[in-house]
Amino acid sequence: MNEFPRWKYVLVVVVLLLGVLYGVPNLFVQQPAVQINANRGATVDEALKERVQGVLEKEKITFDRIETGDGRMLVRLPIGETEEQAKAQEKLRTELGDQYVVALNLASTVPAWMRAIGAREMPKGLDLQGGVHFLMEVDSKDVIEKQLQRFSDDIRSALRDRDIRYQSVGRGPQGLVVTLRNDEDRDAALTAITAAVPDVEVSRGAQVGDAWTLNANVKPEKIREISQNTIRQNVATLSNRINALGVAEPLIQQQGENRIAVELPGVQDTAEAKKTLGAQATLEYRAVDENADAFAAMRTGQVPPDDKLYYRRDRGPDGKQIPILLKKKIIVSGDEMVDATSAPDPQSGTPSVSVVLNSAGGRKMLDFTTKSVGKPMAVVYIERTPEVRVVDGKEVRSTKITEEVISVANIRGVFSNRFQTTGLGSNDEAAELALLLRSGSLAAPIDIVEERVIGPSLGKDNIQKGIMAVLLGLGAVLVFMAFYYWLFGLIADLALVFNLVLLLAVMSAVGVTLTMPGIAGIVLTLGMAIDANVLICERVREELRNGSSPLAAIRAGYDKAWATILDANVTHLISALALMTLGSGAIRGFGVTLFIGILTSMFTSVTVSHAITNLVHGRRKKLKGLSIGSGYTRAAAA
Amino acid sequence: MELFNPNSNIDFLAKRKISLVISILLILVSLGLLATRGLNYALDFTGGVLVEVHYDEPAEIDQVRSALETGGFHGAQVQSLGGTRDVSIRLQPREDQKDAERVGRDVLAALQTQRQDVSLARHPDLVGPQVGAELRSDGFVAAVFVMIGIMIYIGIRFEKRFAVAAIASEFHDAILTLGFFSATQIDFDLTVLASLLAVLGYSINDKVVVFDRVRELFRITRKAEPYAILNKAVNQTLSRTIMTSLTTALAMGALYFWGGPAVHGFALTMLVGIVIGTLSSIFFANPILYWLGVSKTDLMPVTKEDPELARRP
Repeated sequence: MNEFPRWKYVLVVVVLLLGVLYGVPNLFVQQPAVQINANRGATVDEALKERVQGVLEKEKITFDRIETGDGRMLVRLPIGETEEQAKAQEKLRTELGDQYVVALNLASTVPAWMRAIGAREMPKGLDLQGGVHFLMEVDSKDVIEKQLQRFSDDIRSALRDRDIRYQSVGRGPQGLVVTLRNDEDRDAALTAITAAVPDVEVSRGAQVGDAWTLNANVKPEKIREISQNTIRQNVATLSNRINALGVAEPLIQQQGENRIAVELPGVQDTAEAKKTLGAQATLEYRAVDENADAFAAMRTGQVPPDDKLYYRRDRGPDGKQIPILLKKKIIVSGDEMVDATSAPDPQSGTPSVSVVLNSAGGRKMLDFTTKSVGKPMAVVYIERTPEVRVVDGKEVRSTKITEEVISVANIRGVFSNRFQTTGLGSNDEAAELALLLRSGSLAAPIDIVEERVIGPSLGKDNIQKGIMAVLLGLGAVLVFMAFYYWLFGLIADLALVFNLVLLLAVMSAVGVTLTMPGIAGIVLTLGMAIDANVLICERVREELRNGSSPLAAIRAGYDKAWATILDANVTHLISALALMTLGSGAIRGFGVTLFIGILTSMFTSVTVSHAITNLVHGRRKKLKGLSIGSGYTRAAAA
Repeated sequence: MELFNPNSNIDFLAKRKISLVISILLILVSLGLLATRGLNYALDFTGGVLVEVHYDEPAEIDQVRSALETGGFHGAQVQSLGGTRDVSIRLQPREDQKDAERVGRDVLAALQTQRQDVSLARHPDLVGPQVGAELRSDGFVAAVFVMIGIMIYIGIRFEKRFAVAAIASEFHDAILTLGFFSATQIDFDLTVLASLLAVLGYSINDKVVVFDRVRELFRITRKAEPYAILNKAVNQTLSRTIMTSLTTALAMGALYFWGGPAVHGFALTMLVGIVIGTLSSIFFANPILYWLGVSKTDLMPVTKEDPELARRP
């Protein structure tokens, strides 16, 4: 009699039930929705809900219901109404203005109690479900302007090096204008600049009196190179940000000369993504000028030449702004940060961001703090928010720059590359700032110029084909196993179906994005999972051939096959792990599927199939043969 | 039902020289193909042209796709934009189409043969690759890590000669599968890259089962002749090797024949990989193991299995 511990039966049943519970959410269909998140200074509350409801009723847009929670609002629309959804978003956006981010979304319809225990549907990838598409325009004018500034410095030093006297180097209507005193100097300057600054094109300009001018402009190929680099950097920063948000399998690609397309699969926090994509916030650390009177500077407008007038974020008790004078020279800025995390300050519990600087930044901070123990240092929060206003029926885009001093503290001790900054409004703001600092700043500002819902990239036809093929493939494997190994094949089949349920459940709970290649990965995993059962069946057959009794053959078969199964699966796990950790996007998803599949298949094909086998054979005292499709059975029956 | 003679005793090792020479030749041919013809990278890797069109009346995506196929644009990615009237099409330009404008005109012409109410919604744009060049190198790094990880594990669980044989055959399988893609110039996209890495996993699975049997036979046989043991191990696992290949191939075959274009490349890679992996388990890994001179003494467990036995005089 094969002893199979009772706790293993219990384990199998419990795991099966859990598998079903966590797999079921995938049967719920998602509905179109509009998501609203508040920008800083605004809140999502009952009043907003009434406003939204008012707009929808006025525009006669039918909606399911409006939900609020976690600082965001979700307006659910009937399934299939994507055009209503676009209309609702447009109307709400114009009504709510800049204080809120209004984004298209797809909402889950899984009941709340299921979501509460972490049972949710697998997010589907862009290929199966589509998602939200953003088109962003990169404004590289800024970067080119900065480059011109740098070239004007280069030109000055080139002229100085060669002792060519010049009147001025300045910004003209197009490019730079170099003014010299006579024709010879101009000729000399032309040669000098061409040699020293190869990236500019120099030509003779107008001559007025004794002002002889040269026009210098960035070469077109250099401009192209600059804007290409800008785009590339922005694509990298955007990917960092989207990854940091935890959006799985996005698509980010350059489009045309100066645009970037970003596509995010549905059922994710699209409003947050939208806010983060275009956001630009950073920190600057500056010394405080203690010798000048900031209030006087505010009143008179006379600011000491080395200083700049800022205002505190916190207002005074009278509700007026508090001015502060800071040194123009920045100690360190957001560009020099390599890591940032948000956590409440351990002493006061207020929101804070801990920052790690790169080595250059750390050195500067060390130098500064060594010299200034006991003196105050200020933290400036700089935010650029895109604004859209409607002027004469046309959308006009501009950028609003907010610079506020969020904290001023006396330097208590010397520090270099690791420190904390407090003074942020809320934990959310701290988290957002940390994310932005971590993922790097955008090389040039971007505007979201288009936002649309996109359909699945595969098309209904292909999705159906894929699913049909999956079922066919599985069916073929099931039939083949039963045909070849009889009862043992059927047991393996049962274990395989169990494996599929378990695999889907774990994938849903972990939140793996399901894509078509992912589905192929599931089929592959199942096709290979049966390998363990093949190994077991072959072993049992061998044992039978060697003359073992049926029950002994089962025991020996499972025992001996286990060593092989373990070795084979561990090596397989290693390759899945490499795919998971080193790949990105689709490859990672595939690796995760494979990894989970190997683990679940080890459980189902060994423990589950063993449990069923024992349930079938273990109770019978006298077992003459096994239904495993080998010659032995026939001999025993005869 | 039994397809294979359980007592089969085929002398696989007898032909080891021929099989090794064939394998090495195939590796060289594959490397040569990769160096000269390279891979036919698909839209994911190369980028292409984005054309957005507008239909006056709602359009079915699958219809648009078939119109493109008839117009000679293969492997285009078609997606609905916003509603049912706007469609975005991403495709790789053909050799003769130099600029995006030209592609846009040709696409429009192809679509107009099917329906007249279609027009360009905006200027066609060049789009960058969906995945940066780093993914290609990531894939390569992943493959190298797979090999190193497996080598270490097999080195510990078995013996270093097994590790060498396993890695040599992994390399063999990967290069041959890539060689197949280079020879046929079938689109090499992201899913193919993923499945190529899965082929590595599949193939190692296969080798480990044979190695496991080799180890077991060496341990239980008293006078263990490597030649006989290696042959016996392949013979005894032959039924399992072919059965597993068959079940996996059945699943992948269904995907290949009925799964549509999305999983075509994936299934094909796996099918090719299964064939190569199965053959290399028998004809490549084992001869290498024999050639490296694996023996019984290498495989006896270091720790005594039975302390009672050790104490006896």
